[in-house]
Amino acid sequence: MGKEKLLLIGNGMAGVNAIEHLKKLAPDKYDITIFGAEPYPNYNRIMLSYVLAGDTKQEEIYINDYDWYEKNGIRLYTGQRVSSIDPAAKTVTSDGAAGPMTTSYDKLVIATGSNAFVIPIPGSQLPGVIAYRTIRDTELMREAAKKYKKAVVIGGGLLGLEAARGLLNLGMQVEVVHIGDCLMERQLDKTASKLLQTSLEQQGMKFLMEKSSAEILGKERATGLKFADGTWTEADLIVMAVGIRPNVSLAKEAGLDVVQGITVNDWLETSAPDVYAVGECAQHRGVAYGLVAPLYEQGAVLAKRLAGVDGAPYEGSVVYTKLKVSGVDVFSGGQFIEDAETKAIRVHDDWSGIYKKVLVKGSKIVGAVLFGDTSESTRLMQLIKSQADITKMEITKLLQESGAEGGGGGGTEGMVAAMADDAVVCGCNGVSKGTICSAIRECGLTTVEGVKDATTASRSCGGCKPLVAALLKTTLGDEFDAAASAKASICGCTTLSREEVVAGIKEKGLTHVREVMHVLGWKEPEGCSKCRPAVNYYLSMINPSTYKDDRTSRFVNERMHANIQKDGTYSVVPRMYGGVTTPSELKKIAEVAEKYNVPTVKLTGGQRIDLLGVKKEDLVPMWTDLDMPSGYAYGKALRTVKTCVGADFCRFGTADSMGMGIALEKKFERLNTPAKVKMAVSGCPRNCAESGIKDMGIVAIDGGWELYAGGNGGVKVRAGDLLATVKTEQDVMEYIAAYLQYYRETGNYGERTSEWIVRVGLDHVRGVVEDADRRRELCERMDEALAATKDPWKEAVETAAIRKDLYEVIETAK
Amino acid sequence: MGSVKQVAASRVKLARLDELPLGTGKTVRLGALELAVFRLGDDTVRAVENRCPHKNGVLAEGMVSGHYVFCPMHDRKIDLNDGLVQKPDDGCVKTFGTWVEDGVVWVDVG
Repeated sequence: MGKEKLLLIGNGMAGVNAIEHLKKLAPDKYDITIFGAEPYPNYNRIMLSYVLAGDTKQEEIYINDYDWYEKNGIRLYTGQRVSSIDPAAKTVTSDGAAGPMTTSYDKLVIATGSNAFVIPIPGSQLPGVIAYRTIRDTELMREAAKKYKKAVVIGGGLLGLEAARGLLNLGMQVEVVHIGDCLMERQLDKTASKLLQTSLEQQGMKFLMEKSSAEILGKERATGLKFADGTWTEADLIVMAVGIRPNVSLAKEAGLDVVQGITVNDWLETSAPDVYAVGECAQHRGVAYGLVAPLYEQGAVLAKRLAGVDGAPYEGSVVYTKLKVSGVDVFSGGQFIEDAETKAIRVHDDWSGIYKKVLVKGSKIVGAVLFGDTSESTRLMQLIKSQADITKMEITKLLQESGAEGGGGGGTEGMVAAMADDAVVCGCNGVSKGTICSAIRECGLTTVEGVKDATTASRSCGGCKPLVAALLKTTLGDEFDAAASAKASICGCTTLSREEVVAGIKEKGLTHVREVMHVLGWKEPEGCSKCRPAVNYYLSMINPSTYKDDRTSRFVNERMHANIQKDGTYSVVPRMYGGVTTPSELKKIAEVAEKYNVPTVKLTGGQRIDLLGVKKEDLVPMWTDLDMPSGYAYGKALRTVKTCVGADFCRFGTADSMGMGIALEKKFERLNTPAKVKMAVSGCPRNCAESGIKDMGIVAIDGGWELYAGGNGGVKVRAGDLLATVKTEQDVMEYIAAYLQYYRETGNYGERTSEWIVRVGLDHVRGVVEDADRRRELCERMDEALAATKDPWKEAVETAAIRKDLYEVIETAK
Repeated sequence: MGSVKQVAASRVKLARLDELPLGTGKTVRLGALELAVFRLGDDTVRAVENRCPHKNGVLAEGMVSGHYVFCPMHDRKIDLNDGLVQKPDDGCVKTFGTWVEDGVVWVDVG
């Protein structure tokens, strides 16, 4: 007994983070109780947009699961709302899942966060109108997206845009209503804001700018939104994301000093004795923060205070923001609008859509805005926080990637060395420099991955990886092996990287998957679903003509040569070169579809016919009847070459795009690649075949061809980069063969060309394919690989053993 | 499981051991019951219900490593010895006893 009672109101990021710190500093000092109004363990609210977008599951954003509370001896009441505080009696009263109760405290922490602000206009209480703040709100939006078509998001700030992107992902039409003329005006200047708007419009978002919402229309449910200027728009769902208000009602009623938030001093103390406030509900030196990093900085100070450990006071935070929207990289930190005292260093690359601005006051960096490429954000943020003197730096290096040397005094290592121990390195997960350094020493960590597993730093957005690497280097000194740290092992079964596995196979002349795992010292003798297909691919890439494919190391689609669907049926896509077919081929496909009762016939995104819902036992007979080559719609291989009609028919076409597409598909079909490869050929720069977002896009221009590399139309949309402009069809073939072979030889298994080209560098790849000798060598190795391929459908039709092993089902009476 | 001879009314003859493919699963239908049967690297046989507890994925098509199968739908790792889904995921697949007698594979579906 005798332990002091610590009570925390609010089971969110700020409060629980303070408790986490406290537990490390003084594990047994307090008997801790936490009240949370939401029915979950504490979760990472800034990751909600990923949950909404469907990229992440709800459970994955929990910061601490229930076990953590239990293990740390913390009493947690979820779904329990605190209704009043009595600072004189030192008690709080609550009600909810655990029933009404009054609990006494010695120390009280208020971390009630903030509430989404609901604009008080007529109709705002109607069903179909929601705020965007909690897991529950996210669930409501996901449910609404299933039933309804059109969403209107009020608020063109960070939250509103993330909500809008999520709703787009869920298949809704989305309009964003904004009261000002610039999006995210609290973080971006006009230039960046306009770039952002254009980029989001390209993703399908619509904007109603300078519109003030006046009334929500509808009787039983929201049906539209009327504006102050008399205009209106239809809506099935209205999401309000216009800002947050510190949740101060409890504190106010208890008589604590409250302005906007609960007034706290530099030690997070409120006006009542033994009552502290932290996070978004608190107001410090006139500022109530609504971003994550300040909460963690406050939490660290509060934890020390509660633990009775000496530490520096909290003196405010420099804030920064990153927009978490796929395909749009936006960062803003510190001061972002020029004033009389600031000078700006600006880069505006209109062509690549990159805009960067660094604001300098006197000789110190005070803020930055980045659009299109935010890779320097962490480094710049540290320069802003540490008020680095830029007169010692080369200005041109200021805007270079964080991995590069940052100029005298500004390098990443110098920077992390200068950071205080409780400075937050990973803003997403609130991990401080001190936590990372002690984990490195105590757990003997040597890699960024290791730090991630042990501390969760860099687990979410990954922006702090360069800092973590620099901390490894400064902490380990001479023991630090930069190469070992930079490398990522191909999976948990081995410590070896792709390069080491490939080198091992070559040096030791290894010839099959189990042998690789045995000789190279795998921890799991038969590997796992990650490394098996990778090793199988590397073996075939190294020895294309002699390697015998290990079918058991193939993912189901590539083993069965058909796409498995969620109900265990398959889909069959015959090869249709260049997307061109004939009446008799169409007839044959139609007859086969009828014969095998194919429930759904649809065109794929790559202009091929997809026969969906086929039973496993029917696959081989169908292929026999079709008598067409496999379309490889399932493989890490060349999928399709999409084409426009080109010069034969189109009045704009400058070249035979169909012919080129057919030739390319015939040449490269069946080729194994690290990840799927898609191509397209357009007959003119109008680009009807969408060549700009393909792994290889070919665009005919007057008198030649442009080759675009590393495009992707998937989750991470990326426009391809111009790799080369060539004259003849022969050049097109050669350049593409060299490009694909180089990708085959240097790509990580599973890595798309869009990721690969960024990793190895466009200029580097350009240098390789433009070098006539290297191009010829690559083409030779490509030809060797192509010569060894066989059509898998034909093979299955002709080989009884394959049919029996893979496609036969045993039927036995019970 | 294993080589202990059992006699049960519910035992069913599946196939000859050498008819089962090494390292991949086989779908076996017994009336309404569907099994995924695996012949492992050490020539022993495992049988589980052919449905992943997560989203009903067909396990017979999963990749087999040691005595684990990886569900082909969402990569859940399942121990074929006890049917337990490995952490961080949860769940359990029903397992069935199997044994090999004179080169013939039997399963106990009781």
